[in-house]
Formats: sequence, C-alpha cells, structure tokens
Amino acid sequence: MEKAFLIKYGEIALKGKNRRTFEEALVKQIKFALKDVGEFEVTHPQGRVFVEALGDFDMDEAMEALQHVFGIVAICPAVLTEDTGFDDLAKEIVEYVGKVYPNPSFTFKVDSRRSRKNYPLNSMELNAAIGEKLLEAYPNIKVDVHKPEVMLHVEIRERINYYCKEVFGPGGMPVGTSGRAMLLLSGGIDSPVAGYMIAKRGVTIDATYFHAPPYTSERAKQKVVDLAAQVSKYAGPIRLHIVNFTDIQLYIYEQCPHEELTIIMRRYMMKIAEHFAKENGDLGLITGESIGQVASQTMQSLECTNAVCTLPVYRPLIGMDKQEIIERSEKIGTYETSILPFEDCCTIFVAKHPVTKPRLSVIENSEKKLAEKIDELMDVAISTTETITVTP
Amino acid sequence: MEAYLDNSATTKCSEKAVEIMNKVLREDYGNPSSMHLKGFEAENYLKKTRSIIAKSLKVNEKEIIFTSGGTETNNMALIGCATAYHRSGMHIISTPVEHPSVANALAVLEKIGYEITYIPVDEKGRINLKVLSDEIRPDTTLVSIMHVNNEIGTIEPIVEAANIIKQKNSTTLLHVDAVQSFGKIEVFPKKMNIDLLSVSGHKIHGPKGSGFLYVSDKVKLNPIMLGGGQEWGLRSGTENVPAIAGLGVAVEEIFKNFDKNQKKLYKLREYLITELSKIEGVSLNGSLDENGAPHILSMSVEGVRAEVLLHSLEEKGIFVSAGSACSSNKPAVSKTLTAIGLKKSLLDSTVRFSFSIHTTKEELEYTVKELKEIIPKLRKYTRH
Repeated sequence: MEKAFLIKYGEIALKGKNRRTFEEALVKQIKFALKDVGEFEVTHPQGRVFVEALGDFDMDEAMEALQHVFGIVAICPAVLTEDTGFDDLAKEIVEYVGKVYPNPSFTFKVDSRRSRKNYPLNSMELNAAIGEKLLEAYPNIKVDVHKPEVMLHVEIRERINYYCKEVFGPGGMPVGTSGRAMLLLSGGIDSPVAGYMIAKRGVTIDATYFHAPPYTSERAKQKVVDLAAQVSKYAGPIRLHIVNFTDIQLYIYEQCPHEELTIIMRRYMMKIAEHFAKENGDLGLITGESIGQVASQTMQSLECTNAVCTLPVYRPLIGMDKQEIIERSEKIGTYETSILPFEDCCTIFVAKHPVTKPRLSVIENSEKKLAEKIDELMDVAISTTETITVTP
Repeated sequence: MEAYLDNSATTKCSEKAVEIMNKVLREDYGNPSSMHLKGFEAENYLKKTRSIIAKSLKVNEKEIIFTSGGTETNNMALIGCATAYHRSGMHIISTPVEHPSVANALAVLEKIGYEITYIPVDEKGRINLKVLSDEIRPDTTLVSIMHVNNEIGTIEPIVEAANIIKQKNSTTLLHVDAVQSFGKIEVFPKKMNIDLLSVSGHKIHGPKGSGFLYVSDKVKLNPIMLGGGQEWGLRSGTENVPAIAGLGVAVEEIFKNFDKNQKKLYKLREYLITELSKIEGVSLNGSLDENGAPHILSMSVEGVRAEVLLHSLEEKGIFVSAGSACSSNKPAVSKTLTAIGLKKSLLDSTVRFSFSIHTTKEELEYTVKELKEIIPKLRKYTRH
C-alpha cells in the first residue's frame, strides 16, 4: 500500500543557515540505513525529507532501518498516487482509511496542503470535501479539529501523497553534523550506550578497544567488534582501533601498588585513545563512566584519569544509574552481547580493595616508577595497533 | 609449530573419510529408503558401516543404531530405557562425573518421578564399587556409567561394576558412555555385560554429526525420535548417509593398528607426565597409570587461570582445553573436578591435554618447552 515515507525532523529546522548541511547529512544517513532494504530515492524538497521506493521492499524492514537514523523525529508511511481527479482521490483515501483502521471509530481531522496551486480545490475546500466523503463512508467517525485522534494528511504536489500513521524515530541529529569523537569501547554494558548517546547528537564515532592477550581471548575481541557493529547501525561506519595492552598492563602490575593498578591503567588507556583521537581529528573522548559505579569511577578517580587528557572527555552516562543504562542498552540492542561472559582487560588484575579516593599527586608519584620503560611500551602499543572499519 | 592437543573435544577428520563423504554427497546421494537403485546404493553404505562397527565390537549388526553423535545417543539410551521400563521400577544409578548429555537427561527423568542415585568417586574419579553394590535394588532398572572420563581420563571399572550389577539384579540394565573410550581402549559389550553403549564419530576421526548406539537385542528400547521408522523404528529420520559412510572408514582405520597406537599414546602420555611433573606449581589429576586412558591428561597449575594458560598456549599454536570443552564456554565449575575433591583454588586452574594417533613426540616436546617458559611467567602475575 504505502510506497513512500515522509520523514519529520525536529531540531534541524531550527538551525537556520546550517539547515542545508543538516538535511544533506540526514539524506545521506537515510540512504545508508536503507541500502540493504531496497532501492529508494531520498529527496529533501521544501523543509521535508521524502523517501520514495523505486521497487519492492519489506515495510517492517524499512521502518526498522529508518528507526536507526538519528535526526528523524517521526516516520510517516505514505501512499503516493497520480492525480486522476478528485473523485478518484477521495475514493482511494476512503479505502485507505478503511484498510489502516478496520471498522473505523475515532475522531479525525483532514489536513491538506496544496503545493501545486493549479489544483481545482484549495486546501480548505479539500479538507471539507475529503472529510465529507469519509463521514459518508464510515458512520462511527466524527470530526474534531482541535484534538483529533487521527490526523489524515493529504499533500497535492506533482503527484499526491496521503498518510495517517506516524511512528516515532530516534530523534537527535544526523550523524556527520557535529564532528568526530573517540569512544573508549570495552566489552561492557556502558560504553556502547555512551557511544550511542553521543552519536545521537550528530557526532561521528571512532573507537578504541584495549585487549590483553593471553588474558583476554579472541572471542572477547570479537565481542567488542560485534558491539561496535551494533552501534554502527545508528552511528554509521566506526573506525575501531584495537590496542594490545598486555605489556603495559604487566609493567604497571610489576612496578606500581596493586590497589592503584586500575587507575593507572585507565590513565594510560586515555593517553593512547587520545593519541588516536588526535590522529583522526577527533574533538573529544567518550567514556561510559557514571559517578560511583565502580572504584575507578568515583569523583576522585575521574579526576585522576581526566588529568591526562587535553581533549574534553564526554561522559554521557555520568548521572545515570546502572539500571537506566541497562534499559538503554536493551533498547539499542547491545545488552545481549555485552553480557557474554568474556574477561575484559579491566578486570584481570583488579585488586581486592582498589583505591576509591586516589589523590592525583600520589598516583603521579607511583607512575614515576614506570619512567624507565613506559614510553617505549606505549610506542610499541601504538605502532602495533590494528585499525578496522566496522559496519553493521 | 602447531600442536593440536584437544582431541577429546574433537579430532581431525580422516582423509579417507572425507573422500568417501565427498563421493556420497556428490554421486551417491540417494535416500536409503527409496526403492530405486539410487536408494539401494545409499543403503549399501549403511550396511557396510554397520558391519564394520559390529565386527569391531563383536556384536550383531542389528544391535547398532546410527545417531547424530554422543549427546543424542546418551539421551536416547537413558530416556529410551526409562520410558520403556518405568513399570519395572523407577530407580536409576549413575555417577557425579558423567558428561552433561547423561547428567542433564537424568535431571529430566528425576523431574518426572525417577529416583536417581549417584555413586561417589574417589580422588582419581573411580566409582566406589561397594556403594554401587549397596545401592542396587529390585526396582533399579538402569545403571549408567561412563567408560573413560572426558575431563581427567580415568577409566571406570566397568567389568567389575557389570558383574556386581548382574549379581544383585539380573534385570538391571547397564549403559556405558563410551564416547571417550571407543577406539582408544578395549570395549566388548557382550563380554563386558554392557547392554547399551554410546559412541560418537568425531572423537575418532570420523565426521561430526555421526555416532551410534549399541543396544543389546535383549533390551526393549523406546525411540525418542519418531517418524518414518528408520533404524528398526528406533531412530527415525533420513539416515545421514555421508556421515555414516565416513564413520565406517574412521572406525576401520582406528582399529587397524589398535595395539600399536595404544602403546604409542601411553608412551606419549608417560613422557608428558614425567616432564610436567618437573614444573613448579603443576599437579596432575586422575589415574596416571593404566587406569587412566592413553590419550587424556589433566593438569592443574597453582596460581594460573586455565583460560589464560590456554590463550598463552594458543599464541604458540598449541591447542588445549580448560576443563572439558563441552562445559568450558561458560564459567561453570567442573562437576568432575569437584567430585574428585580437587582443591578449590585449582578448579579454575585446570587444563586438559588430549592426543590422537596423529600426535607426535615432537609436538609434546615443543609443548613442554613452551610450558616451561609460560607457567613461571604467568605465575608471576596473579590476581589479588
């Protein structure tokens, strides 16, 4: 029935002269999302994005794909028809409403727009005429122009489209409109959600993962690639840097107090991630930290890890409870993968009683014991990093 | 160098088996139930394999039922007997060290009203025959004991157990899970008083998805797979002809130089036992003499997590498993290692080496050399 989609977007409309850029980014992301669904033409005439199918496609698949595109506030599957006179149009619309709402019983309003001014009826007349036909056909519906339960939109352009369903999109802004940032991606629940949330604001995502063979396995690495792939359904292709962190980790273990291990380790992770961030032209780092969730995420710990970075660190989950984060991850489809039981490199050597209120000066002092070899180990870790591009 | 030492998880398929499977898949693809020539040709593969297996076990061809492998076979034996004999009694005896395909089938039977008694094992994993004898009752319909333990290689005293069982209650049936023993140590069901015996093809260089149940013609078994009545009604479903053809070839090969191969495996194991014992922190589990299978050796290393050791060896091209491969993908504690009373600190520090006829002394020398380097290194970095 429906062969087209009218895409509604919110914030983009507010962006004044940047609007064009935003619309173009949205069109690009929609094309990317639909590329495996079928053949579609995506255009943005006059403050709207219009998707038209050029061939057969599966409606559920298309809706699912569009719901992954940030910037979309609502998706309206629309019927597209040639203009063969008002009588035909009215008949079609009556049938359409009957199909969408079997035994219709609701209050409604017709909202017509006449972009093609040579159409014989103006929009007010159209509203009235179509409304009348509907009332004739279905005795249990009533007009309510203030708070209608069903809004029937009719748009007269070269061709005519009409629709009465509206499905929420993910909101946010189209990826590619806000610069890039580097996500520290682990195999856990939080970091994929953090990446999702920043991508939702239009940011292109790069990611860094630290693995520690033989302490972490190939499967643990695959798990992170799978998580990145899931996030990339929303964020578009993700450049993933896979850093071998084993030697640095063992060296810290050898040299530093064990209860400071996690903090020091995280400081070096931030440094390495920032190195790749700068290389990629990223404007910030993203982590999945939330205050007090674990010892390394207390205010004091965050201060210590933050101190090594020169780029801003974005922590979109900072005020969220674990349960809220879990719900989010279930919604975006990363939860099932996140809970697979593979060791990640943050937990291998975790001390029984890690410091929860580290002092920066103490940590920096401990790190002096790493002076001899750490630069060399960092260089090796960076130069042996494997970089791949992850797509859904 | 590469050393595949995880042959109890699965083995490399025999070249000849692959060849014949290829031929069956490409050319002799008929359904054995079809009445035409294509069906007849396919049926001949079944006959051939059945005859090879029957000879190797010294049983009748009619007592061999083809299945999809160890798990199905164990399920079929236990559930098939339970549903057939529930009127004569609802008591089953087994051990705490069985493979999950036995243990979980028993758990289901317990839920529907069966009483299951588990015979304790000693620190080598061998069942307590005295307790077995005491537990057999008039309503004991089935005893299920594995032949060779998949995690530690201990050989259960099946002959002694069978004698005890038959003396105490001549109607009690004995099922033996021989997945880890068939083709490695001697198994002759008739001579050993075994009524049902489970075998898997891919543990003996046959294809995955192949296996069989020996079921004595005295046993009346209920099928668990119902349908077109293949395998004398005991296992419906179109026969997996290519896998069965491959299985036949594999069985033939494994028994070709049986004694020689067995001696070779015992020698390899002995070498590994001697060398590993020299490494600090290492302890070996199960029976290290001929009460242990020739192809399995279980090692615990104090202070080293099995998973880490496994991945360290993997980096060197050496493949082993942590505990038992079938239960090692999830962080569950091994029931066998718990049952033999292994120290708690070692439960998560145990790996299994398992050999095949293709394993060489050089591979083991290489493994020992690497272990001597890896273990001290890993022991240096332990979790606190």
